[in-house]
Amino acid sequence: MIIPHAKPGTSISNKTGEWKAFRPIIDESKCIKCGICQRMCPEGIMGKKGEVPKIDYNYCKGCSICVNVCPVKAITMERVEKE
Amino acid sequence: MVEIRLHGRAGQGMVTGAELIALAAFYEGKYSQAFPFFGSEKRGPPVMAFCRVSEEPITVHEEISEPDIVVVADSSILDAVDVTAGLKEEGILIINSKKTPSELGFKVKNVYTINASDIALKHFKKLILNTVMLGAFCKVTKLVSLESIKKAIKEKLSEKLPEKVVEANLNAIQEIYDLMEASK
Amino acid sequence: MIKTREGSRVVADMAAQCKLDVVSCYPITPTSHVAEELNRHYSNGKFPEYITIEAEFSALSSLIGASATGARTFTTTGGQGLLYMHEPLGSASGMRLPIVMLVGNRAISSPLNIWNDEQDTVSQRDLGWIQIYCKNNQEAVDAIPQAFYIAEKMLIPVMVCMDGFLLTHAVEQVDIIDEKKVHAFLPEYNYPLKLDPKNPVSLGVYANPTHYQTFREDLVKDMEKSKEVILEAGEKWEKISGRSYGLINGYKLEDAERVLVSLGSIIDNINIVVDELREKGEKVGSLHIRSYRPFPDEEIKKALTGKKVGVLDKAISIGAQAPLYLDVFESLGKTNTEISSFYGGLGGRGIKLKHIKELFEKLKGNSVKEWIVSEPPTKDMHEVKK
Repeated sequence: MIIPHAKPGTSISNKTGEWKAFRPIIDESKCIKCGICQRMCPEGIMGKKGEVPKIDYNYCKGCSICVNVCPVKAITMERVEKE
Repeated sequence: MVEIRLHGRAGQGMVTGAELIALAAFYEGKYSQAFPFFGSEKRGPPVMAFCRVSEEPITVHEEISEPDIVVVADSSILDAVDVTAGLKEEGILIINSKKTPSELGFKVKNVYTINASDIALKHFKKLILNTVMLGAFCKVTKLVSLESIKKAIKEKLSEKLPEKVVEANLNAIQEIYDLMEASK
Repeated sequence: MIKTREGSRVVADMAAQCKLDVVSCYPITPTSHVAEELNRHYSNGKFPEYITIEAEFSALSSLIGASATGARTFTTTGGQGLLYMHEPLGSASGMRLPIVMLVGNRAISSPLNIWNDEQDTVSQRDLGWIQIYCKNNQEAVDAIPQAFYIAEKMLIPVMVCMDGFLLTHAVEQVDIIDEKKVHAFLPEYNYPLKLDPKNPVSLGVYANPTHYQTFREDLVKDMEKSKEVILEAGEKWEKISGRSYGLINGYKLEDAERVLVSLGSIIDNINIVVDELREKGEKVGSLHIRSYRPFPDEEIKKALTGKKVGVLDKAISIGAQAPLYLDVFESLGKTNTEISSFYGGLGGRGIKLKHIKELFEKLKGNSVKEWIVSEPPTKDMHEVKK
């Protein structure tokens, strides 16, 4: 008897970070630790509020929402060089 | 019948790329078929598209597992995808990369590399890689002529894109075609 | 005119040439491109009314209302979308409304799967819709005007079925007959009891035990009669297109000893294997069943009696034998023909040419009933890391 289901944490093995061609880079000197990018990140992989975001690039899909919402423009997108 | 597999990321235009080859072949009086790797439609993840070109009508409807030609538009997928899977021994691999074939280390007889990304960014400011890869494809394989692909670009891309974007595509493909080495 | 264009888009283009009145679609994979193109045609003024709705149930329900006023109506769906239309499917046929629907065959949930098999339409076969299965994009495009012809003559709604992804998303050469010829082919639509304030009538009314069955018997009788109209439409279309269409289509059948039977696009793959095996001297052939409802039992009996038959089902009836197999079995009932049932290819688990070869091999032995050995497409490619 098998039931189609997925338990929490099963998507951890799906490294959606593979998807991106561009990735966000944070300029720590500009970051004001407002936490907006961390709240808006659809994957929730930008670390804890109150700190400079630590992006988990294994799951960052490069959607660049963080770039768009950052009030001080501390984040830029750069090409992923995988070669 | 020649079977082609194109690799890229969703959003880079490889599905359209396969369709452009199919159109070009049709203009040359051949039969053709193009279809995407069937899956959820989203930007980002590695995708594949397929194309068949033949002098005879194509009646088969099946995925291509042993391609004669493989085109890779984005080498950042190489860690995730085995692009040479099923490639016939005499098959051709064309890959968008700054490295040389020997640096890439594929155990494939016929490998051609071209730095298509820089040219794409120059003409489009975005990584739209289908037309540039097709320039390389035409030069190396001669399966369809550059003129036919250009005609296909005009017909297909004019449906949804403004004229200057179509122009940019035609310029980009010409540049790559001229740059690309002919086949060995 | 021959175009190199995606199958589902050409089907939409043909539908837009059929003097439509009202369209209502809820887009779903694999027919979202049909809905997209119909929207484009609507904004270009090809037909007067496009009803936007929140789901497939409402799409068909709006068309029932529209069709009842005498409008020529069209929609598209697939998979779960068709299941979501299940309730009004019965109303459409029971009310004798000639709605035409393009279905991109897709697996039914659960588990959720967007890939091709025929479970969606096959599971709805009992509800009184004519079902035409197309083996390639050319057939699908040609089927649309014929569907309106048949539907409006018999006042029975028609489902035109094409395999999702395999056909809907394949870009290939298709001849789309031009609009003038399509208009000449299609009669004016005139629903005999259309809703009209000048002649008020209620449709879809209640029927108590005394009367209900009378309507069902009438629908059954007309469904049987529609076989002639399907043939008539096919003959008329042949005069325009040069392509003939009937209830079934045999390939190298006459002297074949072993035959595979199927509904959808897999038949063309089967025919490639037939050609290969024929070169080696094997007497094999195939039979495509184009009209699944009404079921062409007489034709099948004539074509297959005495041969070794394998019925390929891309659908199942959970708890009983495979659906197409059962219908073919019944047609050949008293003829002592060996019939095997091969079922599978579900959820996009493709049946490749090599698997089809194995099926012909199995037909040499005694009849069997079993799952088709097949494999998911390019399963390993995205899981292989160097």
